[in-house]
Amino acid sequence: MRKLHSFSGGIHPPEHKEQSTREPIAQASLASRLIVPLQQHMGAVGDPLVRKGQRVLKGQPLAAAAGAFSAATHAPTSGMVSALELHPAPHPSGLLALCAVIEPDGEDRWAEHSPLDWRNADPQATLARLRDGGVVGLGGAVFPTAVKARGNGRPVDTLIINGGECEPYITCDDMLMRERAPEISRGIEILQRLTGAREVVVGIEDNKPEAVAAMEAACGASAIPIQVEPVPTLYPAGGEKQLIKVITGREVPSRGLPPEVGVVCFNVATVYAVYRAVELGEPMVSRVVTVTGNVHAPRNFECLLGTPVGELAALAGPCVDTDGFIMGGPLMGFPLPSDAVPVVKATNCVIASSEALFPKPPPPMPCIRCGRCAEACPAGLQPMDLYWFAKAHNLAKAEEFSLFDCIECGCCDYVCPSHIPLVQYYKFAKGEIRTLAQEKETADRARRRHEFRQYRQDREKQERAARLASRAPGAKKAPATPEALAESQEAE
Amino acid sequence: MLTGIIIVAGIAAVLGALLGYAAIRFRVEGNPVVAEIDKILPQTQCGQCGFAGCHPYAEAIAEGQADINRCPPGGERNIRRLADLLGVEFKPLSDDVAEPKPRSLAVIDESLCIGCTLCIQACPVDAILGASKQMHTVIASECTGCELCLPPCPVDCIRMVPIKEDLGNWRWKYPANPLRAA
Repeated sequence: MRKLHSFSGGIHPPEHKEQSTREPIAQASLASRLIVPLQQHMGAVGDPLVRKGQRVLKGQPLAAAAGAFSAATHAPTSGMVSALELHPAPHPSGLLALCAVIEPDGEDRWAEHSPLDWRNADPQATLARLRDGGVVGLGGAVFPTAVKARGNGRPVDTLIINGGECEPYITCDDMLMRERAPEISRGIEILQRLTGAREVVVGIEDNKPEAVAAMEAACGASAIPIQVEPVPTLYPAGGEKQLIKVITGREVPSRGLPPEVGVVCFNVATVYAVYRAVELGEPMVSRVVTVTGNVHAPRNFECLLGTPVGELAALAGPCVDTDGFIMGGPLMGFPLPSDAVPVVKATNCVIASSEALFPKPPPPMPCIRCGRCAEACPAGLQPMDLYWFAKAHNLAKAEEFSLFDCIECGCCDYVCPSHIPLVQYYKFAKGEIRTLAQEKETADRARRRHEFRQYRQDREKQERAARLASRAPGAKKAPATPEALAESQEAE
Repeated sequence: MLTGIIIVAGIAAVLGALLGYAAIRFRVEGNPVVAEIDKILPQTQCGQCGFAGCHPYAEAIAEGQADINRCPPGGERNIRRLADLLGVEFKPLSDDVAEPKPRSLAVIDESLCIGCTLCIQACPVDAILGASKQMHTVIASECTGCELCLPPCPVDCIRMVPIKEDLGNWRWKYPANPLRAA
């Protein structure tokens, strides 16, 4: 047992986890068609590698990784690419994304793939396998795992495996740890070798005793020492920075990343995907998704990426009064624009919502500056001040008050007695600041290009004048005379 | 009495020499306010303000020869920032400049382009690529949407396409207050 630390703030919302953990993970049935967005990760996206009408095998790349900060996307089953088209994405905006639509042939035939002998292979080869296998962070941020595991020159001494899963309703990581702990421990070994961390700790919230027991058994049998550490249940203990604080006592600096304090953190589902990509050679084509909320039989499904959310939810039997679906948890998730959008790598949970389950919040009232949000904030911010600045479009001040350290966990929303949608204000302000920064960058580039153009034009004018002057009889010194300049202007 | 005068005169001479040296040594090229104003202007170089680009307009503002409300691409937000910088009152966009438009990109219909290079010469940021009697094309990432390439084109093959909202540039909207909406 190690000494655990604590982070400031946090809340204890009702968990609602029990209903979806009664049944083991089920294999979701094959959907009538799979809609696979080519970009399911943070970073660059490659050009499509398939054409309309082409037959593809399971695990065949649909788009390769473009550059170092990217990941590939694969066909989740064998079949025919019936279209490459824009389709509504599982995104709060409901905007369109380029997707490959695959009509499954039902054979589910794998493309050729082979395991990698990672113990003897060059770490670069393992990293390339992760990138080309489409492995990204499955905790929600879909950050390319190869980029994180590469370390970028910073020595990492502690590897933390995040089994926190603190948000209500979601149980996909819990079930994965209960049922596939040995595979996860193999994935941990791969990541330990890649990062070179001396210490490996698996942090699991103590409301998941079965997962803790399974992981302890599996990690005890591992070739490397892996500690399994139950951490106190407190939302958002599964947040990356919060879990690092609880386990190591180190605080990730403002606007910084975990490697700055010698830590790197991976979600358990990501670790499982690492195991499959490296030890089995299977690229990421499926994930475990919790289907819960207003359904008759909530449970977890191993679901092919690209399955329409409606078809997945139908397996759990949505109740008649279901009025929509939420992707993610009730605190950080967002309502999906329609049930036709596909399951993607970021989809950890689908909650069927209803008026009874998630009643509309009462209209927001003025902020009374009670300070409850500041007490609940796990990032140690002053949410009421950030709200004030964001509301007044005072973006510089909001940034000064560390707006970008907000992890959008929703604790402040949850405790606000005035029901102010605080996080929405922060998201708005962050977006505005990013847009302004982008505009400034574009403007600076335009200025540089314009100035260079003027410089070039002047130089050309002088050169032409010099040429004319040198050609003119009796003017060997070639000064740019007014006549020569005028001539050159005429010549233009 | 005399010593006093000598001391004061001496101090004055030394300080005067120092100031004189500093004025030469630390001389600021150009008006620094111009650079500050130029930083705020959107650098489209479109000339809609009546000046030949953003920098000349910034100079005119600094010299008090032009108002701060003559830049349509910058819009109201930039007028506010200029007003803040210069300590003057905000005023709405001037009536004798064009209405602000959504940001657009110039797109050349490559099947119609005759390769005359006139648009290349008009582009203030060198965002058009091509050569004589060769097809031209716009470098989308560098185009400022200034529309200066439209008038010179002899075959009208350039059109302005507004930048659409997509997953890359989408931003969360300002939260709507249902009480106020009702």
